[in-house]
This record gives sequence, structure tokens and C-alpha cells, in this order.
Amino acid sequence: MASTIRSAMTADTLDVRVIRKDFPIYQQPYEDKPFIYLDSAASSQRPEQVMQAMDEYYRRFHSNVHRGVYTLAEEATARYEAARVKVGRFLGAKDPSREVVFTKNATEAFNLVAQGLGRVLLNQDSVIVLTEMEHHANLVPWLILQEQIGFTIRYITFDSDGYLVLDELDSILDGASLLGVTMMSNVLGTVNPIAELAAAAHRHGALFLADAAQFAPHFEVDVSGLDIDLLCLTGHKMLGPTGIGALWARSEILDRMTPFLGGGDMIADVRLDGFVASEIPYKFEAGTPPIAEAVGWASAIDYLESVGMGSLRAHDLKLTEYAIANLTGSLGSAFKLYGPKVAADRGGVVSFDLAGVHPHDVAQVLDQHGVCVRAGHHCAKPLMRQIGTAATARASFYLYNDEADIDALVAALEDAYALFN
Amino acid sequence: MADLDDLYREIILDHYKNPRNSGSIESPPALVEEGFNPLCGDEVKLYLVIEDDRIADIRISGQGCSISRSSASLMSQAVKGKPISEAFDVLARFRRMMGIDGEESGEPEVADVRSLGELAALQGVVKFPVRIKCATLPWNTLSAAIARSLG
Repeated sequence: MASTIRSAMTADTLDVRVIRKDFPIYQQPYEDKPFIYLDSAASSQRPEQVMQAMDEYYRRFHSNVHRGVYTLAEEATARYEAARVKVGRFLGAKDPSREVVFTKNATEAFNLVAQGLGRVLLNQDSVIVLTEMEHHANLVPWLILQEQIGFTIRYITFDSDGYLVLDELDSILDGASLLGVTMMSNVLGTVNPIAELAAAAHRHGALFLADAAQFAPHFEVDVSGLDIDLLCLTGHKMLGPTGIGALWARSEILDRMTPFLGGGDMIADVRLDGFVASEIPYKFEAGTPPIAEAVGWASAIDYLESVGMGSLRAHDLKLTEYAIANLTGSLGSAFKLYGPKVAADRGGVVSFDLAGVHPHDVAQVLDQHGVCVRAGHHCAKPLMRQIGTAATARASFYLYNDEADIDALVAALEDAYALFN
Repeated sequence: MADLDDLYREIILDHYKNPRNSGSIESPPALVEEGFNPLCGDEVKLYLVIEDDRIADIRISGQGCSISRSSASLMSQAVKGKPISEAFDVLARFRRMMGIDGEESGEPEVADVRSLGELAALQGVVKFPVRIKCATLPWNTLSAAIARSLG
């Protein structure tokens, strides 16, 4: 596996033709149109290696984890726990075997933070701070908890170029118990100044919670260096399977948190009048976990690390610059870009408006050209209200995309524009 | 691109760019009903004046794609001035054309479609299942508004 990937790289550039050979979906194009996949910010495709790892796990090693004493059960447990350590190391965790909690996805990880930490950290006099560019995953769990126990939520806004407005950060954070921020906006593409925000939170005695769902697939994450306290991410946006994500948090924070889901495997003892929770991270993993998915995710991380997160970022940046230049060049004033104008300040996500064509219609015409983009509110309705629209179209890039994909996007958009204007 | 031509008929593009009965009516007397498509963020706001069991006036505002906006515009023309019973009848025929509430085959009655006049232009939407919700959003909102007016 590693040899294929290494040969795909020369001097920090990815050879997309070689990468695509690892992705079976590129071998099965539609019969009548090309396959131009520009929706990895919603969910990435996955390489053969990930599917093989999961297949091998089911064929050779499957049994339930943390239960059996037989050899096969030990094998399954070892692979599941190795995946946990792999995710922890990928994030730069100090204690990877204890600080990673597997969840269904990033959304469940946020719900775990809100219910598991929020309930012990907050009361009706408390304040937490979020931003107006958060995905619903880092909004709704807090709004649910707010209905249940009552506390104040303050929001950091963002400017017309998609940057957080941090002029009054200290007054916004005054008295706050927690600051939750997306590391990279799934709509605007903005990469936020995480180290600066974490430092500001800590100055005010607040914990810092990061949404890495978009960031982790594209950038090196270092929770220790950035001084993050809690971080949520998901496997399926970074070449892994669906059905698995994680919460990483410093062990002393996990120790403070109460279980969110109860059931098998998360307890030390159960009596008819009470229970004793297991130790971290197990006390948060009720029931049989997604074992094959953890194995698959670990394989995805191997793949990303073989490619190199630095090379991946360079590739994203190159495509983003190319996309902004060509979309603006070809469509002129009919093309409106949301988010930072500077590609270096954003990840591989380009949200836009095409004059006179609603984003759904854009996506419909693009589909006819085999170009897959997302259209809608991107699970960020407060953000959409802030930028004054109900929907945008969004193209997003990953390691298997190249300039030809963007050329196809531009051509299809020209067609959509002509049809409606 | 034959399929796209089915979807984006001339009439649809015309109603999208020049929506009929667009705007608002003071409430009261107007009844106001909002509809949302949570999947995509489309919003429709319906202003309805009902007098003597008749839709005396209708105005529509909101945000949406060519399909939901043109469907709203065509709907407003189809029901304006009509008795509520007749509006319900159009609604039922429209839903059948969209493959909802239809026979098992999903094929709408030819007579039904013909009787819908300009609305028949939306028939091509059926070939794009994701867009059916766009087309039916204003109709579902109208249905909710009338149901509320009847108490």
C-alpha cells in the first residue's frame, strides 16, 4: 500500500492519476457522463486500503471487544484499541489510549460534550461562547442543553470576507466557561486562528472546544501545540468509513465528565439501585462499538500519513487558488465567492453564488455534466442568515481532485449561467 | 441534455424570473402561512385572503430555486379567485402528477395532467425525485393555510 502512495508523490506534489487508482469509485464511472466529485467536504470517497482493512477484519478477526477471553476476542480488542491510539497520535494527543472516545460521528461527539461536560460545567448563570459560523453540530446540542438547564450563549460574529471579528474577544469571553469554534468553516472555508482563540479562552478561565470535522482531513492537527482542551472529528470526511467519529479531550476533562449514553461495556459495576461507571475512555462507549469502522478509520489515517498532511495541504491550496482564479476569470461578476479572497486563509472549500441561478438549479445543471457539488444551507443556517442568503453552491476538493475537475466545473457553470440568463 | 429540458421548460423559467402574485398582504385580513424545506433552506411565505369560502387574494414571498418559485407562481394563478373546494381539487391533481397519492404505477392520469393547464409544465420534475419537494413546498403550505382557516 505505502509503495503505491509514495510513488504518487514527487517533491510535495500529488500525482492524482496514481492516487485515483486506489479509489474504486473512479474505476466505475457513470455510463453516460464523467465523474467529477467535488463534494468531499460532505463526505470523502475511500481508498481500496480502507475497504480491505475492514473486509479483512470481518473475515479474520471479528468478535466483540472487551469481553471474550479467547484469542479471537483479544485480536479484535487489540485492533480496536490500536485504532484509538492511531487517532490519538494523529491528533497529537499526549495520552492517546485514554483521551480518545469513539462516537458515531462528530455530531455525536458534540452531543457528548454538551451533555457530559455541559451538565457538570454549566448552570443557569453560566456563559458559553460560540461563533456565528458554526455547523449545526456545534450549535444545536448547546441549544438543547440551554432549554434543559438554562445558560447564556454569546456569539462571535464574522465579517463580509468570512473572518471572525475578534476586536471585542476579551469582553465576549468575560465570565465564559467554554469557547467552541470550528477550526475550518464548512461553508466559507475560513481557517480560524485556533492557537490565538485557545489562548484567549484560557486567559478567561474558559475551556476551548474545537470542531475539526473539516480541518482534520486537510491539515496536521496538534492538540497539544494549539493548547486545545476538547476536539470533535469524524472519520468519513477523511477517507474513513461512515458511522465513526471521536471526541478527543484532555484526560482530566474526561474524568470530570459524566456518561451520556448508558448500557453495556461502560460500567465497572451495576446494582439494581445504582451503577459505577468504568474508567475513561470506556465510560463513554456504551454498547458494542463500531469495531470494523475503527479499523477502517485507522487505515484511512495510515493512507493520509503516507501521502503526508503537508503535501495534501499544498495540493488543496493549489486547487483552491486555481479554482478561485478560473471561476472569477471565466464568470466575472456573475460569480460571487463567499469567504476569504486569499486562498491561504481557507481550506479546499469554495462556496459561491451564480447570478440569476439558484444553487439547486446550479447543482442540477452541474449534475448533468457529471459534476457533483453540494447546494443548500450546509447545516449552518445562522451562518447563511448572516451572509444574507438561504443557500449557496459549494465545491470542495481533496487529494483525488485535479485542475481538470475544476475546468469541468467552470464549463458546467458557464452552461448553467447561459440556460438561466 | 434532453432531461434538463424536461425540467427547465420555458414556462418554468418565465415564472421563476417573473413570479406572478409576488409580494405580501397586510395581516389581518390576510392569513399568513410559512413553509420550509429543511433539506435545502427553501422558504415560502403565503398570504391568503379567504372570503365566502373563496380564495379572494393570494400573494407569495420567499426564497427558493426555479422549481419551488415557479411552482408557487403557477399555483397562485391556478387558485386565485377559486372556491376552496376547487383549490383542493387542483391540489389533489397536482399531487397525483407529482407521484404523490397516485396509483401504484405512479403514472398520473392523462386527463388530470391536461386539466392542470400551465401547471403541467412541472410534470418533468417527477424525473428528478430530489426536486419533487421543491415543487410541492408551496402546495403543502397552501394546504396547511386552508386547513388552519377552516379551524
